[in-house]
Parts: sequence; C-alpha cells; structure tokens
Amino acid sequence: MKNRAAYFGVLTALALIFSYIETLIPIQFGVPGIKLGLANLIIVIVLYKTDWREALLLSVVRIILAGFIFGNLFSIVYSLAGGFLSLTVMVLLKRTDRFSVAGISMAGGVCHNIGQLVVAMIVVETYQVGYYLPVLLIAGLITGAVIGAVAGEVLKRIRNLSFQ
Amino acid sequence: MKRSDLILAGAVLAVAAVILAYQFFRQDSGEHLVEISVDGEHFGTYDLTDEQTIEIDDTNRVVIEDGAARMEWADCPDQICVNHRAVSKNGESIICLPNQVVITIVSPEESGLDAVAQ
Repeated sequence: MKNRAAYFGVLTALALIFSYIETLIPIQFGVPGIKLGLANLIIVIVLYKTDWREALLLSVVRIILAGFIFGNLFSIVYSLAGGFLSLTVMVLLKRTDRFSVAGISMAGGVCHNIGQLVVAMIVVETYQVGYYLPVLLIAGLITGAVIGAVAGEVLKRIRNLSFQ
Repeated sequence: MKRSDLILAGAVLAVAAVILAYQFFRQDSGEHLVEISVDGEHFGTYDLTDEQTIEIDDTNRVVIEDGAARMEWADCPDQICVNHRAVSKNGESIICLPNQVVITIVSPEESGLDAVAQ
C-alpha cells in the first residue's frame, strides 16, 4: 500500500505521455472526434490491476491535465463525458466476467464516442450531430479492439506486478 | 477473444450498419437547402445551388459553391470545421463547436419553409 501514490504518479505521467503522442498523430477522417485513445490503454490496465476507483481517479486526472495542456475547456467537457460513460460500461461489463480485455476495451471505445456525441448534441442543440454516429461506432470498435489487444498482452506480461 | 466479445462487436456493427443504410436510402430528391444555426437559434436558410459567401457574426464564413457548402474560415483554435470536407447530401452537417455554429443540408420538405428569401 505504501507505494500506491508513487505508482499513481507514474501511471498519470504515462497516460499524459500517451495523450501527448496522440496529439502528434494527425488523423483526419473528415469526421471530428476520431482518435486512437492511447491513454485508454493505461485506464484499462489500471482497471484490471487495481480497481475501478483508481481507474476513475486516473481517468479524471488525466483528462483534466491533458485538457489544460493540449486542449481547451471544450475538449475537457467532451472527454469527461466520454470517459465517465466508457469507464462505467467497462466496469459493469467486467463484473459480468463474460468478456475478455478486448471486449471490455471495445465497449469502452464505443461508449467514449457515444458520450462525446451526446455532449455535442447538447452543446450545439441539434440532433444532426447524430449523423456521425455510425462512423463513430465503428471507429470506437476498431480503436477499442486495438487498445484491448495491446492491453491484454501487457497484462499477460505484468502478471506479477502489483500497483498497490 | 471470448464469444461474448464477438457478439458485442457484431451488435455494434449491426447498429452502425442499420443507421448507415437508413441514411443512405433516405436520400433524396436532389434539391437541397443549407440551414445555418448559431447557438441553437436559426440563423438563415440558403439555396445550395446559389453560389454565395455567408458571414456569420464575424466568427465564421461559409462558402456555397459547386453544389456543396463548406466552412471557409472560422476564428476558433481547433479549425476542425474548416478542415471538414464540403457537405452536399441530405442530413450532412458541419459543426463548429467552439462557436456553436451548425451548417446542415436539408431537403425543402424537411425545412418547413415555403420559400427562401434571396
């Protein structure tokens, strides 16, 4: 337990680095909001190695810090909505014990995009934003699967490591 | 990958496919209007066949040309709307989130307007 703060600091730094790397990858699909979700890799790993409280705290800290450094107030609000929805669904699905890491991560990726889209609908007060839904669903599925596959491999290799 | 994972992925893909199919088959009669709203309030409706430039409150500039509308300029930092491809199909839209400007392509039946003021 005494190393908890140290581990949390390292993981926060790692998540921020991934957020930074993501800003270096220019992805333009003609649809805003699609990104790899590299930082989610850390969130998934923490979710599996510790518990949902740690994952939630890390997610919020990461989003606020990354928002101030790389984004703006808007991106913080969108990311928070996506982050909360995605983490909630991931925690609930994980409890059912019927999904692998990849499945959990896919659900997380899809829900992250849905959460952001819902906030966008509220902000611009139009349902037209829903036009992006199918593209964002598929994008979330693909990025979630990629992140989930990597997370699964990492988890296999750090089986003996404890973050507590 | 477990079986549940595949079911989940399949379900999401199915939902996406249904919405895509709906969007694809819903189109469309050929005639289009460009509806612009700011802050959720209606700003103006324009004919997509009329080549013109529309200034929106000193924050955005929309250009309609070649039967498509695009955001030519915006004062926001992220420029996502400016990089967005031009829209011309029914239901497509460009959204500038920082300025809360929405450009939507609608068909004349949907817009509920009798005529467009030129």
